[in-house]
Amino acid sequence: MRTSLKRSGRLAAAAACATLALSACGSSSIDEQTSENKENAAASGDCGELNMAVNPWVGYQADAYVVGTLAKEKFGCTVNYKDLKEDVSWQGFGTGEVDLVIEDWGHPDLEKKFFEGEGDGSAQDLGPTGNEGIIGWYVPPWLAEKYPDILDHENLDKYAQQFKTSESGGKGQFLGADPSYVQFDEAIVSNLDLDFKVVFSGSEAASIEAFEKAEKDKEFLIGYFYEPQWLFAEVPLKKVELPDYEDGCQDDPAEVACDYPVTTLKKVASTSWVEEGGPAVDLVKNFEWTNDDQNEVAKYIAKDKMEPEAAAQKWIEENPDKVEAWLG
Amino acid sequence: MSTATDTTTPAVDTTPAASPEPEARSGPSRWVLVVAVVVGWVLLWLVVRGQDTLQLAGRERTDVMRWLGEFRDGVIASRDTNALVAFTGAVGEGIRTLFGELQQVFSLPAFPRPVPQIGWLGVVALATWAGTAVANLRIAVLVAVTFVSYGVLGYWEQGIDLLLVTGLSVAAVVVIGMPLAVAVGTSRRARAVITPVLDAMQTMPTFVYLLPVVLFFGIGVSSAIVCTLVYALPPLIRIGGYGISAVSTSAIEATDSTGQTSWQRLRKVQLPLARTTIVVGLNQSTMAALSMAIIASYVDGPGLGEPVLSALIRNDVGASLVPGLLIVLTAIMLDRATTAASERAELAARGRGLRGRARTVVLGVGGVVVLVCVYLSRTYLPLAAWPETSLGRDLADTLDSATDAVVGVLGGAGEALRNAISYGLLNPMQSLLAESPWWLAASALVLVSAALGGLRAVVPTVVFGTGILLLGLWHSTMLTLTMVLVATVLVMVIALVLGVWMARSRRVDLLLRPLLDAGQTIPAFCYLIPVLALFGFGRFAAIAAAIVYAAPAAIKLVADGVRAVPETTLEASRSTGTTSWQEITQVQLPMARGSLALAANQGLLYVLAMIVIGGLVGAQALGYDVVLGFSRSEEWGLGAAAGITIVLLGLMLDRVARAAADRTGGRVDARSRFTLPRRLSPTRT
Repeated sequence: MRTSLKRSGRLAAAAACATLALSACGSSSIDEQTSENKENAAASGDCGELNMAVNPWVGYQADAYVVGTLAKEKFGCTVNYKDLKEDVSWQGFGTGEVDLVIEDWGHPDLEKKFFEGEGDGSAQDLGPTGNEGIIGWYVPPWLAEKYPDILDHENLDKYAQQFKTSESGGKGQFLGADPSYVQFDEAIVSNLDLDFKVVFSGSEAASIEAFEKAEKDKEFLIGYFYEPQWLFAEVPLKKVELPDYEDGCQDDPAEVACDYPVTTLKKVASTSWVEEGGPAVDLVKNFEWTNDDQNEVAKYIAKDKMEPEAAAQKWIEENPDKVEAWLG
Repeated sequence: MSTATDTTTPAVDTTPAASPEPEARSGPSRWVLVVAVVVGWVLLWLVVRGQDTLQLAGRERTDVMRWLGEFRDGVIASRDTNALVAFTGAVGEGIRTLFGELQQVFSLPAFPRPVPQIGWLGVVALATWAGTAVANLRIAVLVAVTFVSYGVLGYWEQGIDLLLVTGLSVAAVVVIGMPLAVAVGTSRRARAVITPVLDAMQTMPTFVYLLPVVLFFGIGVSSAIVCTLVYALPPLIRIGGYGISAVSTSAIEATDSTGQTSWQRLRKVQLPLARTTIVVGLNQSTMAALSMAIIASYVDGPGLGEPVLSALIRNDVGASLVPGLLIVLTAIMLDRATTAASERAELAARGRGLRGRARTVVLGVGGVVVLVCVYLSRTYLPLAAWPETSLGRDLADTLDSATDAVVGVLGGAGEALRNAISYGLLNPMQSLLAESPWWLAASALVLVSAALGGLRAVVPTVVFGTGILLLGLWHSTMLTLTMVLVATVLVMVIALVLGVWMARSRRVDLLLRPLLDAGQTIPAFCYLIPVLALFGFGRFAAIAAAIVYAAPAAIKLVADGVRAVPETTLEASRSTGTTSWQEITQVQLPMARGSLALAANQGLLYVLAMIVIGGLVGAQALGYDVVLGFSRSEEWGLGAAAGITIVLLGLMLDRVARAAADRTGGRVDARSRFTLPRRLSPTRT
């Protein structure tokens, strides 16, 4: 039994190899492609490498892969995508491991460490991406439709008991966000004297799942969220009115009682990479698009389940004029 | 962050033998004492509730946290001049270069070639041949299936990268770990020094040291391997060390009489006699290394973790489950292969398996076939690069709708269960632990541990409790402790029910084991979203995730323990006409008491390992603090303090549980310190 098994295994393996070998005949050989690659490399420009940090959210992937794909195809750059959290990305500027963070939502502490002036100067601001981050308090659409007055913070207490969960200690539950975001909700709740308790979701995945579930099961939910975000294509959350943001109203974290400001998302790059120059640096400087543009690519990735490269490629083909403007 | 330790009866018999009749002396009175303490606690709590709870206001940070943060900032600021950073940086560079070379051979296009040096056919043939060479033909088939699955499902590059990372890490574990295992095995003093370090290495959440490691070793595979080492070294050192120290003194004395040097004794007597145990340690280290796959991808570590995380940010459950299941398959392959490899020589000696001339011929012919395959895969594109198929996506979609269907059916029940446990158990317990003044909670904990484990339990409670107090996260610790205790109780309830069922029915055992294996090796990140969909975010979601991970280990221990009750004993009791229920409660469970204690201890430690995952699904407390520290540079000090607190809490609970188990007579074997010498595979003896 054992021997026959052994023998048949061997035979099967040999047969499989042989079949594959035969079926492979006539297809393009590796050698041909190798020499083709060599020629292409010689022909394309000398762009060098672009080390692109890819922070973990879909909107970021949209920016990163659109710019990365262009750098690769138009200028022949070697683009290394590196999946990193924000802190690690910024640490990498000084060591040459990271050249570019293409969507930054604001990291005052990191700027203090790495920007010229306060820090070691290994990083610099390359200007806005054109996207505007709209941070604030959001509710699922069914809730806004059924109770329109809920969109004003002054009416929130009326519904506090309905927002109550096992986690919120008898008060209404406010869903705090992924810890990557600077949040003042505990202060806002207490300074506006609302009968709510902030319970942190702990991750973006948990926040998204919570809003999706709330819309599907028609549950009460209010929490910190932000645009642009692919979730809006599926569940168009509604923003709750807070006292308007004014300059300085968030200076003292304990005293915050106003809405979040509109955040200008920006590009941050390694100083040494910018100084070396090259076509990719200009491309990144010129890159600017709208929330709708990003949402479209994000939708390809998140809803249509395309690979980020393919999604970027598709958008590039569909938007030649916008792309042309960045190529200078 | 999941350990892949698993728990079936291993080569080393760690299932404590069914011990003699329970010692009646301490049984009931201990629990009376505990109840008395709790009653007193509740009465006092009614009066002083809400005072001195040491709860930090939203952004309040203590001096310890600020100091930790400043220390980190100092290291960053000095990185260009720091000699240590220069040295580790060079080591990191070396690792990345070596890894890059290996990738070009096996997984990544070696420019200007459009494909790696060796295409998939060659790699599959090589791996299958290696499986035959180190183990047997069955393993070879398993290896081939695993490798082909990577390719067919579209994760070839990531799968091979994961194996390369694991391989390099395990090689480093052997080089660094073996000398330490020898030290632990031969010197009592070395063991006393090294053991607490190992405890800390295994309980410290990776999120705490991930960023500093990157600072020293650079982004990418270098840091991934260093972090993996921290987690994967302890099993080999502990288990290998135990094996060396357990070599019988008579064997040593007999050979010492020949006048051997200590080096000769080590090489000729201790290491060979401890070989089986050392291999078990190596097996456990390999599983631990594999379990770091996801975390490593937070710092651009290559492997199957990357597609899991990237699917998670899109809420794409199916797409995260496919690479997750490939990790499970990889774990099973490596586990079975290392086990079979360690048994091969022995089996051959007993005249079983492939051996002698037959083996030489098979391997020789196979070698030629491999060479042909390698050649072909270097020549023809279809044999080098997998064709693009939609199989991976189709499987992901199927898994997605299956998950949706399950969530749809169970959704209501999940909600009800969550509310029952949260309002009925979590809230009252949390209110007692966390809303008591710290001095009351601390005294009560000391008294409870005294009642449970005597002086041996009091000392660690006081020492580690003081440490927790000084770190400034007392309130968070009490919240976490509540969840850990509730989760452990639920784990034990499940373990008792399923474990006994498995022990009494062979069919149930066969059915459940693969599921348990999968539960222990599938990355938690793959089931976070289904758990959230079922239970909503919050403490119960965290507990549910912890149960998925911790229950399998406990279930297997209970099952093995109950099955180890001698048939003759059962027959004796049956002859007196006992019912099944009486048989279980009066014979099987009391006699398996040692295994139950061990299961509770292991369940507890596995639950502790999930605290940080809990923070990601809304459990707040220490887990959230760690995640916050990992996510925001300015909060790193808080995260580090929370991480150290988790270590101290883990040590405290482990020592108390062990002292308590010793007093019941259900002695938790000394070998089982933290990680057990247990492996994934079912018993083969």
